[in-house]
Amino acid sequence: MKLLLEKNHVAGIRGYEVYRREGGYRSVEKAMKMSPAEIVDEVKKSGLRGRGGAGFPTGMKWSFIAKPEGVPRHLVCNADESEPGTFKDRYLMEFLPHLLIEGLIVSSYALGSNVTYIYIRGEYAWIVDILEQAITEANNNGWLGKNILGTGFDCQIYVQRGAGAYICGEETALIESLEGKRGNPRIKPPFPAIKGVWDRPTVVNNVETLAAIVPIINMGGEEYAKIGVGKSTGTKLLSACGNINKPGVYEIDMTISVEEFIYSNEYCGGIANGKKLKACIPGGSSVPILPANLLLKTAKGETRYMNYESLSDGGFATGSMMGSGGFIVLDEDQCVVKHTYTLARFYRHESCGQCSPCREGTGWMEKILKSIDSGKGKMSDINLLWDIQSKIEGNTICPLGDAAAWPVAAAIRHFRDEFEWHVLNPDECLKRNYGLAHYADEIHVPVTA
Amino acid sequence: MSEQQLFKVTIDNITINVAPGTSILQAARSIGGDVAPPAMCFYSKLQGSGGKCRTCLVEVSKGSEKDPRPMPKLVASCRTTVMDGMEVKNITSNKVNEARAGVVEFLLINHPLDCPICDQAGECHLQDLGYEHGKAGTRYEFQRRTFQKHDIGPYIQLHMTRCILCYRCVYTADQLTNKREHGVLSRGDHSEIATYIEKAMDNDFIGNVIDVCPVGALTDKTFRFKNRVWFTKPVDAHRDCPICAGKVQLWMRGDEVFRVTARKDEWGEIKDTADGKTGWICNDCRFEKKNVSDWVIEGPSVINRHSVIAQGHYLGLKQPEETIVKVMHGQNPRFFMDIHDVSEVNRLGIDLSLIEGPATSDTFNELKKD
Repeated sequence: MKLLLEKNHVAGIRGYEVYRREGGYRSVEKAMKMSPAEIVDEVKKSGLRGRGGAGFPTGMKWSFIAKPEGVPRHLVCNADESEPGTFKDRYLMEFLPHLLIEGLIVSSYALGSNVTYIYIRGEYAWIVDILEQAITEANNNGWLGKNILGTGFDCQIYVQRGAGAYICGEETALIESLEGKRGNPRIKPPFPAIKGVWDRPTVVNNVETLAAIVPIINMGGEEYAKIGVGKSTGTKLLSACGNINKPGVYEIDMTISVEEFIYSNEYCGGIANGKKLKACIPGGSSVPILPANLLLKTAKGETRYMNYESLSDGGFATGSMMGSGGFIVLDEDQCVVKHTYTLARFYRHESCGQCSPCREGTGWMEKILKSIDSGKGKMSDINLLWDIQSKIEGNTICPLGDAAAWPVAAAIRHFRDEFEWHVLNPDECLKRNYGLAHYADEIHVPVTA
Repeated sequence: MSEQQLFKVTIDNITINVAPGTSILQAARSIGGDVAPPAMCFYSKLQGSGGKCRTCLVEVSKGSEKDPRPMPKLVASCRTTVMDGMEVKNITSNKVNEARAGVVEFLLINHPLDCPICDQAGECHLQDLGYEHGKAGTRYEFQRRTFQKHDIGPYIQLHMTRCILCYRCVYTADQLTNKREHGVLSRGDHSEIATYIEKAMDNDFIGNVIDVCPVGALTDKTFRFKNRVWFTKPVDAHRDCPICAGKVQLWMRGDEVFRVTARKDEWGEIKDTADGKTGWICNDCRFEKKNVSDWVIEGPSVINRHSVIAQGHYLGLKQPEETIVKVMHGQNPRFFMDIHDVSEVNRLGIDLSLIEGPATSDTFNELKKD
């Protein structure tokens, strides 16, 4: 089922004319006839959850925004998509810029934001041009600017480029960076809904979340909620990468199983080169890695589905998270230790250095993982690594500490034997990979051809 | 303020009433003692400080009277305000003690531990923290990150290797001086306090960054390597200063003034002056006035923190009744070396509580004659 990427392959959809002809900006017309409170209600009814990673209900987030008299409010679109393995927002903005602009106009109206920002990561330089082109087109056609559709509502959208720091994807760091300061996360409370950009009430939403507002308004919140299963309503964009035959961005309606997603030809098309599936990170590099047997079936033996609840079934002990939808697949040839080291190196580099557990802990973990990876590790290092991650997790200002700790914790939890093999075979581990162990042996034949 | 407006807070089973808007840390400090969490980055006189070092983490076991749910994570007590009926666990929570030990370990892995040659030793908050909450050994086996020393201005030296990135000096320079003097460059464990392109920090009050620094990262160049903190004794003094309040602490040995600092309270923060303003002192008082004749001496300072530098620390101390012979069950161990054979100070028979003010070897020799 496709909602966001429905018109994706229409030629020239990036331009305003084609987009409008294909039914674009209908939601703005509809929304402007509703009151802002009604729109928030529709979004609440839709059960839409934040697509940036945390999965917080968007309608609830919107209803938290403080509305003091005479203080402007702001909507900020978080386009600082920096999670390794996640590239869904880039695709959306690159090919359907008007969908985001449309969602932004409706959301700005619902929140009463007259000045709305898109904070985009520095590396997406060419997308800035695409978005600004789209904003100009929307402006020229009366969808932005003063007195939109004669409702008296003014809205302007500005695109702000970041300098490429991962931490600026965290909402308060994003706000700091947007204000022109060093992108350090703020200490909460106060939350952005009370004091955000320039101390004004602010809502920060992911690109995909805001784009999803368009179908919600078009079809109604209740209709939207019928798609999907349980509390995972609507469709979700997934960016699949790694050792699969068909990497790319896929839109799913959260009712398909993980197995179907990996092996069906409609989606990933199975593991590349006829290899076996070893492990997978289902939601971007920060979420726990799962070995193949736990990925396809939950600990209770039920089929695991691609939705928020099913992926997190079993907690972190035997489950993972939907996260931002960066689906990274590892085949039997991949080394989990090296993989974890790569992630640790990333988090060490991207830690802002503000609070001590994250600043010092990420560097320490990277050094230990490097020594294990290069065959210089000790058996006690594995327990030490576990201890370090447990002291980072939950003790930091922002979720980057957790994001750095979880992959290491999950790798040790599920692949401890591989770490031990690295320690016990220091020479061999430099020459070859651990290969498949018991956690992948149980893998069965793909169901679909 | 009437009684109803106060919030009831229970910290480690001690209940107090505090004004709304008080942070947990400030409430705990009003109880005092071990209940007060350690704070390396929070500085009550600096707006926006705190929340960074994570040593003051506490467990909130009951959110408030209205919403009794516990908070899911440990919270930074310096930046969390109290709610009515809140119950907080500090030293009574194992989770807190473990997390705090973890934070101390993290703070120390890249710290050079060069206390023997560090000017801050003896009044260093990191030393205190390590002593109270740290472990005996380290599990860190890699090279520590190091930086070059920088002179920032004629009076201050920045030794980034020792820095724990508490950001206090950044806030001080930002809030106390007219322009922003310095900030933080780079990210993560390679971030550093810097003025960028080696600019000097040039301002009448910039010397206060030395006082707010909890470790020996910012040191007074007029005092560097001149003396150990515990050999100098603090006395309160003042002078008529056209720039600042001029109420300072002189660190003296004999008749010599080695160092001038602002007066600090028991939490290591600069005290308020009589008119309620923070007693920041100017560069002139701090760096230039090193003669006793410049100052009106008020008398010895009372310091109830940092035992090695506290004056009158031995006052009223009683010799324990158990002698070594008694403790060792009749055995009388032979000393490997008696310190008094090689040192003039601390001779047996000298009652340290009788020594008033700064002491030198002359003082000890005089007492010996008596």
